[in-house]
Amino acid sequence: MSAVIDVHDHGHHGPARGLMRWVLTTNHKDIGTMYLWFSFIMFLTGGAMAMIIRAELFEPGMQLIEPEFFNQMTTMHGLIMVFGAVMPAFVGLANWQVPLMIGAPDMALPRLNNLSFWILPFAFALLLSTLFMEAGAPNFGWTFYAPLSTTYAPSTVTFFIFGVHIMGASSIMGAINIIATILNMRAPGMTLMKMPLFVWTWLITAYLLIAVMPVLAGVVTMMLMDIHFGTSFFSAAGGGDPVLFQHVFWFFGHPEVYIMILPAFGIVSQIIPTFSRKKLFGYTSMVYATSSIAFLSFLVWAHHMFTVGMPLAGELFFMYSTMLIAVPTGVKVFNWVTTMFKGSLSFETPMLFSCAFVVLFTLGGFSGLMLAIAPVDFQYHDTYFVVAHFHYVLVPGAIFGIFAAVYYWLPKWCGHMYDETLAKLHFWLSFVGMNLAFFPMHFVGLAGMPRRIPDYALQFADFNQISSVGAFMFGATQWLFLYIVIKTIRGGKEATQEVWENPEGLEWTVPSPAPYHTFSTPPEVK
Amino acid sequence: MLLKSNPWVRCIVGMLLMFSNSAWAEWAVNLSPGATEISREVYDLHMIVFWISVWIGVVVFGVMFWSVFAHRKSKGAVASQFHESTVVELIWTAIPFAILVAMAIPATATLIKVYDSSEAKIDVKVTGYQWKWHYDYMNEKVSFFSNLQTSQDEIYNRAPKGENYLLEVDEPLVIPAKTKVRFLFTANDVIHSWWVPDLAVKRDAIPGFVNESWTYVDQPGTYRGQCAELCGKDHGFMPIVVVVKEQDDYQKWMKERQALASKERELKDKKFSKEQLMTRGEEAYAKNCAGCHNIDGTGIPPQFPALKGSQMAIADKAGHLDIVINGKPGTYMAAFGPQLSEVDLAAIITYERNAWGNNTGDVIQPIEIVKFKAGK
Ligand code: HEC
Ligand SMILES: [Cu+2]
Repeated sequence: MSAVIDVHDHGHHGPARGLMRWVLTTNHKDIGTMYLWFSFIMFLTGGAMAMIIRAELFEPGMQLIEPEFFNQMTTMHGLIMVFGAVMPAFVGLANWQVPLMIGAPDMALPRLNNLSFWILPFAFALLLSTLFMEAGAPNFGWTFYAPLSTTYAPSTVTFFIFGVHIMGASSIMGAINIIATILNMRAPGMTLMKMPLFVWTWLITAYLLIAVMPVLAGVVTMMLMDIHFGTSFFSAAGGGDPVLFQHVFWFFGHPEVYIMILPAFGIVSQIIPTFSRKKLFGYTSMVYATSSIAFLSFLVWAHHMFTVGMPLAGELFFMYSTMLIAVPTGVKVFNWVTTMFKGSLSFETPMLFSCAFVVLFTLGGFSGLMLAIAPVDFQYHDTYFVVAHFHYVLVPGAIFGIFAAVYYWLPKWCGHMYDETLAKLHFWLSFVGMNLAFFPMHFVGLAGMPRRIPDYALQFADFNQISSVGAFMFGATQWLFLYIVIKTIRGGKEATQEVWENPEGLEWTVPSPAPYHTFSTPPEVK
Repeated sequence: MLLKSNPWVRCIVGMLLMFSNSAWAEWAVNLSPGATEISREVYDLHMIVFWISVWIGVVVFGVMFWSVFAHRKSKGAVASQFHESTVVELIWTAIPFAILVAMAIPATATLIKVYDSSEAKIDVKVTGYQWKWHYDYMNEKVSFFSNLQTSQDEIYNRAPKGENYLLEVDEPLVIPAKTKVRFLFTANDVIHSWWVPDLAVKRDAIPGFVNESWTYVDQPGTYRGQCAELCGKDHGFMPIVVVVKEQDDYQKWMKERQALASKERELKDKKFSKEQLMTRGEEAYAKNCAGCHNIDGTGIPPQFPALKGSQMAIADKAGHLDIVINGKPGTYMAAFGPQLSEVDLAAIITYERNAWGNNTGDVIQPIEIVKFKAGK
């Protein structure tokens, strides 16, 4: 392949040796790798906190930890999973795959890329260091509602605020880079409507990031002002408005949940056609559906706030707009299913994760539709039904999407096939564990168990026990994933250039493993 | 027996029985239809949307599983090449849209009813505190706090847990049946949320705001709920109990409460012995202060200071009175002056100055509290 530079002929183009390779690198593959490892470490850290939560909830009564520490665990679990595990994993995948899929030699802004990764560890060091401070970690929930997070917060809230600022800066830089790359560096002939869907969904996600991360930065800055500089944005005593906090937070927070799912939509839209040996059904409608979801995501934020006492007209507006999101989301699901229909299917691990994604994400969508109905949401809001809902869209949604992507592209990254048997075991254990953990949460939520409580009434005991067992199973299984990935990096069957059977896309036109520099001469797309 | 005891069996049975309505209530896997017209309407809406989702799921997953079984490469399936159809896309945009409109109509109707709190006969102001509720019958001059009654021993597994573990309070909210009652919600510190599932009422109690909701309960009974918005350490320990009484019983209860309240008001002019104050103080301390300062006065450092041996409790008497009565703004230490009676305040302060080895010998009479409040 003329597009590929042979590393051996140009020694200075290869990676530097030692630690400095990783500190100074501007190579999209190196940076992608670092993002992915970082996110996995955060996934285990946030997961360990989930294990503590589930251990305490295994039985009624307080056994292992105190309520105060329980609140720190739920808060840190949420923050770390959202900002540390899911978002960086998708940025890592974008780093690796976007240039390979559009035929670009690297990201458009390689130094910015290095910076946007390397500030992340500092952000999380700030956040995690609070666990070792006398005042304890943030304990006000990942949604950090004021005034619990301002007037009544532990002093470590300032560390949290600066951590969030740095994460936001990292995300914004990453998003700018991805947009610049996609808009400027596509191979000749690759028009927008010829872009792979993963690239499309990331383009839209990047715009969402640029639109809402500044809002997050704004809301934490207002908190900082309230805490240290005597303002009263959110303090009723000073004429401020605690509900304003929720409006600003959810104006960021709702698009944020789409930031965590749109790239996964893109991933399964790559994988399902490959293993169905059939073109994706309704490519154009997929692009339009993703765009309308992104657009609508700015108009629904107050469906998280149906109980704050909005006027009737407000409730109705946000109820209708939220229900409307079901339409484009439905289109996507129908398209995936129709892609499989009359295909020639095989079920390698990426496909297994993608099929589970379609079914379980749709279940999360159904509970989402139920939550949209404002008068019924009065019963669901802030219960375990909501916890079940968002774990169904985030675990088999975002996280299964990431697993699928890793299995799908890992052979391209390291040149070896992963161990299919172990990978399938990883899938089935994750699948069973995850459903055991989160399905019973629907029941306890409907039966009246509020979320974020360290102890509960006796009628919720059985289902909580099952949830805990499922959570331990899901958690333990992720060590198997680590083992499989390390094993694949160190050896295994040689991967071919195409890896799978006739997959579509430019990434399959470079050798496996992908050389350090690819597409120095742009490929021609017809 | 097996079904009752084994959680695994229960889970599987629960999932299977999802399709039979009567079983739902028994296994507590579903919303309860509740005790009011609104709660029944909400339950019906919930079931409608649930069944619509089930049927959409059956169709979509049916097609998918059919493909998974029938169109396998290993069975020799050859892929068709179709990949686009504007007509199909339009159909599956239009049908869900129509279904959504059909759901939105009854949902809107119910929501409008929920929002109509006019013509209520009784107004109760509900105030969320860390971590208890305060009920104020605005036209009756009766108000009281409602605290968790479950003991620390039960919570920390030193005693068997009672039937209503974590869902029992010392003073329930009492309202009459077949009467429209309006609630006005607010909060003293952080945001709380008052939720009783059987009434289908959940409304945030927000400092600086007053939110409204209402209920009309048909049958006398006891209905339990919990705070639904994370409000700090003991968010899981501030339940709600609503006792609905027949009109006559409610009137009788109200008379008794009013008599009790006026007797309490007279007490503040009396003089008490140290023993009387210590006994009353121990009880009131356990109820109001032990959540943060601990039952043995050691606090939960660093957030909640110890009172045992604290300068304030063994020396600085004026400071002690001031922090208990006026609180310390911007911290968890609330102003208890408006919350507790003068007798309780005097008793608690006397107790704190003499318990756990703080042997100051000081006795604070209610009249001192009255004077302090009036500005010395
Ligand atoms: C919600 C938790 C909470 C409750 C309930 C609470 N306190 Fe406090 N209390 C605090 C905090 C926090 C401080 C420290 C305030 C500061 O100086 O920052 C404090 C300080 C004090 C002090 C001063 C201690 C010192 O040495 O400086 C006294 C006395 C006190 N509280 C008495 C009481 C009494 C009496 C009650 C019950 C009527 C009570 N507290 C209930 C949280 C609480
Ligand atoms: Cu509360």
